[in-house]
Formats: sequence, structure tokens, C-alpha cells
Amino acid sequence: MVDQQEQSGVAVRQSIVVDAPPDRAFTVFTQRMQSWWPMESHRIGGKPITDLVTEPRAGGRWYERAEDGSECDWGRVVAWEPPARVVLTWEISHDWRPAPEIRTEIEVRFTPEGDGRTRVDLEHRGLEAFGEHTAQMRGIFGSDGGWGGLLKRFAAAAGGAG
Amino acid sequence: MTALGDPTRQAIFERLVERPRPVGELAGELPVTRPAVSQHLKVLKDAGLVIDRKVGTRRVYQVDPQAVADLRAYFDAFWDQSLAAFRDAAETEEKRDG
Repeated sequence: MVDQQEQSGVAVRQSIVVDAPPDRAFTVFTQRMQSWWPMESHRIGGKPITDLVTEPRAGGRWYERAEDGSECDWGRVVAWEPPARVVLTWEISHDWRPAPEIRTEIEVRFTPEGDGRTRVDLEHRGLEAFGEHTAQMRGIFGSDGGWGGLLKRFAAAAGGAG
Repeated sequence: MTALGDPTRQAIFERLVERPRPVGELAGELPVTRPAVSQHLKVLKDAGLVIDRKVGTRRVYQVDPQAVADLRAYFDAFWDQSLAAFRDAAETEEKRDG
């Protein structure tokens, strides 16, 4: 067994290198989330959304704003350290509804790689908070409403984006 | 599975993520009776989230590794897709402004 479940319970970790310096990467990740987040499929308020807002301070809110101006909280800003690190809570259920009782945490680190590149390391931890919802999630994962987007991504990559 | 999100079951599941435990130990750590713990464990077992095995005279419960693997697969796939989209957005902005 590795350390995967020691400190932070059940966690996933992913890294990606972007061809942009840390301040740019940090800004796009936290302040221009709507430019990359899959907002059509991954929103929680039930209405089309126009913005994902992260208030730039520890203790700030992280929320979606719908076309009609209404807001729906996703969680809180736990740490705000531009351009190196941000920690957010994720209080969203498996079926994309507000769920303050399911509190997981996302930590994102931005590390300079040289030549104006940045390595972005993301950890989403405390996933055991989903508890029994895990069983529901398995159904979603296996359904065609799930991750067809992955195929699109592969198609885009194959098309020469990389 | 009508009572999703029962706080006691949640607590039991989270303890089992830490390590396998027998019923008696769970009952000792939580403000509920041993029969109540057994009932919650049955629900978790029926949902495919925990498995049990006999160790001597005791029954030890643990999280089903497949359930944890499924949970991680869900978020792995989500972040895999989303970080790729993030990279494309960051690089597009960098080329435009930078």
C-alpha cells in the first residue's frame, strides 16, 4: 500500500504542464474559470450559468452565477497564495447539487518549470466524505451522461492541439 | 437506499476508510448501540461499499477496495478532462496577451 490514504483519506492527484507562467496559470485557473470549466454539464443551481467566481482571499466564497443573476455556493476559499497555491472546499454532491454536508477539498499548486512554463499539481482529497453517495456515483460514472467529454478531449489532442 | 447521507453511516464509512474495524470497536467510538452499528453496516454492505470477513470469532468490516477505486476513477476522469481544458485556456490567453 502506498501513502494514498494515510494523511488525507481518499484522494486523487493530477498534474499538467502548461505553456504559460505561474501568474497567468493561477489567474486563468482561479479568476477565469468560466473559460475552461465544463459549465454546461457541471453546475449545481439548475439554471444556465455565466460565471464561476472565486473571491480572491482566504475565507472568500466560491460560487456560480446564473444568467438571472442568482448565485449558488460551491464552497469556500481556504488558502489564497497567488501565484503559488490555492485551496478550495468543494461542497457539491455526486449529482451536482449544493451539499455543505459533503465537504471535500481541492488544493492546486503552481510551480515554475522554466521557459515560462508551469507545472500545475491538483489534489482533490477527503473524498470519503461522499460515503454512501459513492454507490450513486458509480451509476453515473457508468452511464452515458458521464464522461463522454474525455473522448472529445482525445479527439482534440489527436487533431494536433498538443 | 432511501436514507442516503445518514450521519452515523457516514461516520462509520469514514472510519472504515482509515482501517478495517470490528463492529464492537465502531460501537465503542460512536454514540450508537452495537445493533444499530450492525444495521448501518448491513446497509453499507448491501450498497456494495463495505465487505466483511471473519477473523476468529469476530467479523471485521472494511471498505470495498472496488468502491474506493470507483470513487477515485470518477474524479480522476473529471480532473483529467478539466485540467486539459484549463491548459488549453491558459495557453490561448498566453499567446494572445503574452
